[in-house]
Amino acid sequence: MSTLLDSKIPEGPLAEKWTRHQASLKLVNAANRKKLDIIVVGAGAAGASAAASLAELGYNVKVYVFQDSSRRAHSIASQGGINATKNYKNDADSDFRLFYDMIKGGDFRAREANVYRAAEVSNKIIDQYVAQGVPFAREYSGYLANRSFGGVQVSRTFYAQGQTGQQCTLAAYQALSRQISAGKAKMFARRDMLDLVVVDGRARGIITRNLITGEIERHSAHAVVLATGGFGTIYYLSTLAVNSNGSAAMAAYRKGAFMANPSMAQIHPTSIPVLNDYQSKLTLMSESLRNDGRVWVPKTKGDKRPANQIKEEERDYYLERKYPAFGNLVPRDVASRAAKERCDEGYGVGDTGLSVYLDFRDAIESQGKEAIKAKYGTLFDLYKKITGINPYEEPMRIYPASHYTMGGLWVDYNLMTTIPGLYAIGEANFSDHGANRLGASSLMQCSGDGYFILPVTIGDYLSDQIKTSRIPTDLPEFEEAEKAVQEKLNKLMAVKGTQTPTSFHKQLGNILWTYSGMKRNEEGLKKALEEINQLKEEFWNDVKILAGINELNHELEKANRIADFFDLAQLIVIDALNRKESCGAHFREEYQTDEGEPKRDDTNYSYVAAWQYTGKEAQPKLHKEELTFEYVTPVQRSYK
Amino acid sequence: MNHCSNLEDMKLTLKIWRQKNKEAKGKFVTYKLDGVSQEMTFLEMLDFLNEKLIKEDADPVAFDSDCREGICGMCGLYINGRPNGPLTGVTTCQLNMGAFKDGETITVEPWRSKAFPVIKDLVVDRSSFDELMQAGGYISVNTGAAPEANSIPVKKENADRAFEAGICIGCGTCVAACKNASAMLFVSAKISQLALLPQGQVEARERVQTMIRKMDELGFGNCSNTGACEIECPKEIKLTNIARLNREFYKAL
Repeated sequence: MSTLLDSKIPEGPLAEKWTRHQASLKLVNAANRKKLDIIVVGAGAAGASAAASLAELGYNVKVYVFQDSSRRAHSIASQGGINATKNYKNDADSDFRLFYDMIKGGDFRAREANVYRAAEVSNKIIDQYVAQGVPFAREYSGYLANRSFGGVQVSRTFYAQGQTGQQCTLAAYQALSRQISAGKAKMFARRDMLDLVVVDGRARGIITRNLITGEIERHSAHAVVLATGGFGTIYYLSTLAVNSNGSAAMAAYRKGAFMANPSMAQIHPTSIPVLNDYQSKLTLMSESLRNDGRVWVPKTKGDKRPANQIKEEERDYYLERKYPAFGNLVPRDVASRAAKERCDEGYGVGDTGLSVYLDFRDAIESQGKEAIKAKYGTLFDLYKKITGINPYEEPMRIYPASHYTMGGLWVDYNLMTTIPGLYAIGEANFSDHGANRLGASSLMQCSGDGYFILPVTIGDYLSDQIKTSRIPTDLPEFEEAEKAVQEKLNKLMAVKGTQTPTSFHKQLGNILWTYSGMKRNEEGLKKALEEINQLKEEFWNDVKILAGINELNHELEKANRIADFFDLAQLIVIDALNRKESCGAHFREEYQTDEGEPKRDDTNYSYVAAWQYTGKEAQPKLHKEELTFEYVTPVQRSYK
Repeated sequence: MNHCSNLEDMKLTLKIWRQKNKEAKGKFVTYKLDGVSQEMTFLEMLDFLNEKLIKEDADPVAFDSDCREGICGMCGLYINGRPNGPLTGVTTCQLNMGAFKDGETITVEPWRSKAFPVIKDLVVDRSSFDELMQAGGYISVNTGAAPEANSIPVKKENADRAFEAGICIGCGTCVAACKNASAMLFVSAKISQLALLPQGQVEARERVQTMIRKMDELGFGNCSNTGACEIECPKEIKLTNIARLNREFYKAL
């Protein structure tokens, strides 16, 4: 293992690690916390819960979001639910079982200790959200309801119709609002973080652009927390908000934070398919729908009859056929690949042949329309609004779409990156989902990191900072960072080319989707690298940005994010090329079983690939964090 | 990605509010736009316009949007004199161009309200909504202080109604629709959600008073029960929430 990577996994049995670790952490006295400043960038479920919890502890918290309010963060769009091991269903659930499901679901590419801790804190999250007023679904008894989700055989998912993320994110937003009103947290909205400031090897601040005035600002703190989400928008079309981006993470990467497993990107199986060339985003249909919806394609290639005219015996319920044990509830990577496989073979439906059916006919017949409406009403309405098709009467058409990034900034057990004082939480880090994320575990991880893990572990770092007075922003490091940001923006504005930022984004997304999407191979990835380099050069010579630098300028914002996407895309492809195995969402066609399932190589690739920036045009340097499995034995993942 | 439509493309005339910044005086600017597909969403039509404007060296129209699936509340435009356009129950990003006809003139304005000043073109400042939430739109429970989630049963009906109020996306449609620019529907949704749950009872009295006081302070108008907010709300939040707010308010006096 690289000497640079110390994952700081505590000693002791798995189930005791977190308790023992908390007991061993150094603390900051309550009276000293007010002398310490913490910057939190991004305020979705992870960032807002962290900011609120840190402010409650007494730290001075400064929060930065690019939207007009932290209530807009894309956690708000999380639909299906949040997992916890309450075992309210008496179906033999436990922390260990959730841990095992996640480790297996992630295809044995996540760190055992982190995953176990995520499961361990899950129940406290539900307690917290209920106390904050989240109206989770309830039984007639008044007690909380649960449902099941993909990749597991227990019902541990808490939900609020198809808007669980909205309700949880608003609860965290409200908790943060309370701290803002108490003067313990300060909100800086409509700010883009453009650089990280490192002083004497420690993260000490950020450079932001005020998106209204264009002003470049310096902000300092004793520690910086990135809760900036994932970068699935790099594929252009994705289920993410259109402004989600990877710029803050890339700024950290360029300043020395390692990027881990960047190629581990989740392509979600149940998105509304691409409908036309103008489309700016794809809308997710929650995985929870696979509880009652059956996925199928016609048994005959190119069958263009309406779904309702295709008889039962003419339908291929391919997930039930191929994976009888889990059926329609196989994990996302498996379901996505299976859909792509059927469509590639010519069995896909719809005008483009790039979609499969998700059918509720049988569920409506057996449970009644009202029961289905109660579970999925908002999702059915959403589907109808977008497609004009009524899913109570006709099956939905779905296709995989870029959704989530398991990869992200490398963090140790304390959620600290390789830069002392810089933390990454929620989707922005890499830690809990390995090569594939299970449904309803993202809200869980974001909330766990934000409410219960980071607020504890950050104290250990800050304990020796109490004598460090407020960090001045006139240090040369701030000056240099500000200058670099200014130069980059000026350079972008000065290109004055002919093509819009969006047109570049579309082309980049297309390259990645084609060569580094659900299936990858060496030849394609090498080609992708070439094409990305060419397009990047073209971008820096031909991008066209109108309006000024000192005003609200969405085109400049886009161009800056796309500039970072080029560097990130290179990193993604380099990582995908390096990993000569298939695992989870990373499917290398050269490495598959006879049945077309991913073939892992535990001898050579049972590690986290953490990439270090070595210079603008230089190859990133690979560091390996070997994964050791003490409590589970990596096996060939089977959902048959 | 095949363009899989056999629908005719449309020619539109767009009258769009352009305003350089907060201080500048704005005006309507007319654009002719050909080749609009009925399959575009309204915002994709504006994207399409902007791509064209950039090619013609004209400043693109600034407008806010993020999730583009009707949940973040970031978008929101006044279209042909109605918030979010001619359909009900949709946000601006969910509005489809199929709702318009070939040759139509479409007028696009930002939200108009004293409490939502225009920042640029169609972008407005809604931070007053955040300030309203900061005035009590929460339950004061610190992280770690919560009891076991199932220790307090909540009547299913109340949990469902709390959810129905809690789905407000904070887009500002209600204020934009109201002739008084009142924020009553927005505030009442949060008041209702929390008042319907046992967890929110402890602070109910104080919450309703501080939030209403704040609403007046921020320059929102009063409610005269015209109900435009309910009709236009993209999440179909009910007017009964305002009745509940009033009841809560009188209880608190």
